[in-house]
Amino acid sequence: MSFLSVQNIVKEYSGTKALDNVGIEVDAGTIFGLLGPNGAGKTTLIRIINQILAPDSGKILMNGDPISSAHIGRIGYLPEERGLYKKMKVGEQVVYLAQLKGMQKSIAIEKLKTWFQKFEIETWWDRNVDELSKGMQQKVQFISTILHEPELLIFDEPFSGFDPINANAIKQEILGLKEKGMTIILSTHTMSSVEELCDNIALINKGQKILDGKVHEIKQKYSSNTFEIKCSGWFDAMASTLTHNYKILEHNKEGNNTTIILKLMNDIPTNDLIRHFTGLGNVISFNEILPSMNDIFIDVVGRNGEYIDNENSI
Amino acid sequence: MNKIKLIIQREYLTRVKKTSFIVMSILGPIIIASIFIVPLWLQKFESQQIKHIAVIDESRILMPTIKSTETVMFTDLGNTTLEDAQKTYAKDGYYAVLFIPKNILNSTAVQIFSNRQPDFGLKQYIAKLIEKDLETLKLLKSNVNPDLLKAVQTPIFVQTIKWTGDGREVEVTMEMKTIIGTVASMLIYIFIFMYGSQVMRGVVEEKVNRIVEIIISSVRPLQLMIGKITGIMMVGLTQFALWIVISFSVIWMAQVTLFPEPLAPTAANPTATIDSKVMAQVQALGQDDYQYAMDIFGSVSNVNWTIMIVSFLFFFVCGYLLYAAMFAAVGSAVDSESDTQQFIMPLTVPMVISLLMIQVILNNPDGSIAFWMSMIPFTSPIAMMARIPFGVPIWQVVLSSLILISTIIIMAKLAAKIYRTGILMYGKKVTFKELYKWVRYSS
Repeated sequence: MSFLSVQNIVKEYSGTKALDNVGIEVDAGTIFGLLGPNGAGKTTLIRIINQILAPDSGKILMNGDPISSAHIGRIGYLPEERGLYKKMKVGEQVVYLAQLKGMQKSIAIEKLKTWFQKFEIETWWDRNVDELSKGMQQKVQFISTILHEPELLIFDEPFSGFDPINANAIKQEILGLKEKGMTIILSTHTMSSVEELCDNIALINKGQKILDGKVHEIKQKYSSNTFEIKCSGWFDAMASTLTHNYKILEHNKEGNNTTIILKLMNDIPTNDLIRHFTGLGNVISFNEILPSMNDIFIDVVGRNGEYIDNENSI
Repeated sequence: MNKIKLIIQREYLTRVKKTSFIVMSILGPIIIASIFIVPLWLQKFESQQIKHIAVIDESRILMPTIKSTETVMFTDLGNTTLEDAQKTYAKDGYYAVLFIPKNILNSTAVQIFSNRQPDFGLKQYIAKLIEKDLETLKLLKSNVNPDLLKAVQTPIFVQTIKWTGDGREVEVTMEMKTIIGTVASMLIYIFIFMYGSQVMRGVVEEKVNRIVEIIISSVRPLQLMIGKITGIMMVGLTQFALWIVISFSVIWMAQVTLFPEPLAPTAANPTATIDSKVMAQVQALGQDDYQYAMDIFGSVSNVNWTIMIVSFLFFFVCGYLLYAAMFAAVGSAVDSESDTQQFIMPLTVPMVISLLMIQVILNNPDGSIAFWMSMIPFTSPIAMMARIPFGVPIWQVVLSSLILISTIIIMAKLAAKIYRTGILMYGKKVTFKELYKWVRYSS
């Protein structure tokens, strides 16, 4: 049984379906990537999981129980559009937000002090929020999201507004939270971070889920049988011996070695390919080239867009 | 419920700690108190500037009866001629010269000479003084019994006494009622407007800061709205309580220090040479001014402050809730404070109309305009506060309250629907048509 089960969610806004029968399964202790172009319905789905919005139909189960107000304190949410009260002191404000999540004041203060020490920002406690830089405010917000030690964390574009160093720090922090056993839903446009962080993903476009699964399986699925071989010898000699089973996409000469990127046209074992090259020279490296999540994203959304457009025109 | 309490607490504490709140709490009552104190103080101050009037009494009969007061001091110049007086009066510190001709008993004119324009009050005062003195003298000359004269000249003072239901007599002058009605209705207008718009600003602030989404992932939007409105209401009530306490203390302190014995008349210096009996009688007639002043003071303490304060609290809370709900809806619908204008205008029109109509209501507190304005929920808090000092039939108060409370319930429901949708809506130019659509959304 998955930790969070979102089933058949439908949400309509005055005639347009923001979410059309969307379902995702998030396993405990994993990071789930929620991907999709702007306006796909990601934020609506996240808001429904957070009980900010109610779905028209469909249900959400957390550990098998239908989600209710009792679960609010067990979820931590960092929205994409986020901010703090500008004229309120940092410490006071984070404690207030933690109290709203159902935390006791004294415990919240104690925990927050530990976090402030960890980030070496103890001096911020009594400062007004508007005295902090945007990056500092983001840090405070991040702490505020996880202070009440939720079981489920939802980050909507967590890296926006951070410089690369801080973004990396947040990335490490997210991985650390996963190790502690927290379940995380990550909605982002930064595809590199998806590959680094996510175990599973779902791709949403125009209110529909068009792709989901484990990241490495999806990449495998979208592999195009492309390989990179580095081998000693001359390209011309190699090329002339290749049959129509292979299509050369790219080749490079580096000293005595040649790097060839080629595509297997027919379903032949890769062993045959390696055997072919070992006959020609010394094989230095052999790699399968998998598409990046970025490529898959553009590919799938692009085709999905065309598909829907065609459907509409009929 | 606990979360609403937290929200109320935050809304309340952040506002009460603001410097602007503290300044308003101190400044407000000082302004109110000074409305009551300054005129009295000025009067006292004025009265300390004694005007010395030189008197040339050619008739030699009036001067002994002319009494000096705190404001005006008369000095007999004896046989000095008018020409001599003109040369020296200013140098001797006199404000003016009063000339009483020899034939005063048959004449109707006395003259005041001065290089300044004697103020109207002084002219009136002297005219009244001499009129009375002459009257008394003439009657005495006609051998009227002095006792009879005293009995005849009873100063009549009209006291307004109103019978209330429980048979108690409340004595309040119309002037005082009008003043209290004006102040109370203005105050309720200021309070409703000030705190209602604070709700709007608070909602806009949360939306602009983008903290609202974090909060409504922890509490329901309705809880946030209720918490905010309640918290700000309590700020208003705190301010009101502070104003009441501080104003009354300031007025009380002023009364004790500035007016130990309110406006007691001073005895005229008895320079009587002829008939001292006449003197005493004439003096006795001057008592009515004092009586009137005492009546004003009595009237303040006889105002039923309990009814005033209770109705102010009731109509402030109701009027505030009604407008706060609408202001919260407006705040949620816009992206910035500058966008609120188009919505605020129609909301405030009834308030401004009732403010303009206060005078009409006060002139005829039981008239039909007063009645209907105290029934329409958008104007009733202000109209009612203007009427209550004059007494309003209980059925009207009950009916007005019922209409007001039902309107609040309906308006709060509509506002909650708009609010729920509005706080998450960015970058949309919202119109009234759009708001109507939001109201129609099912949950």
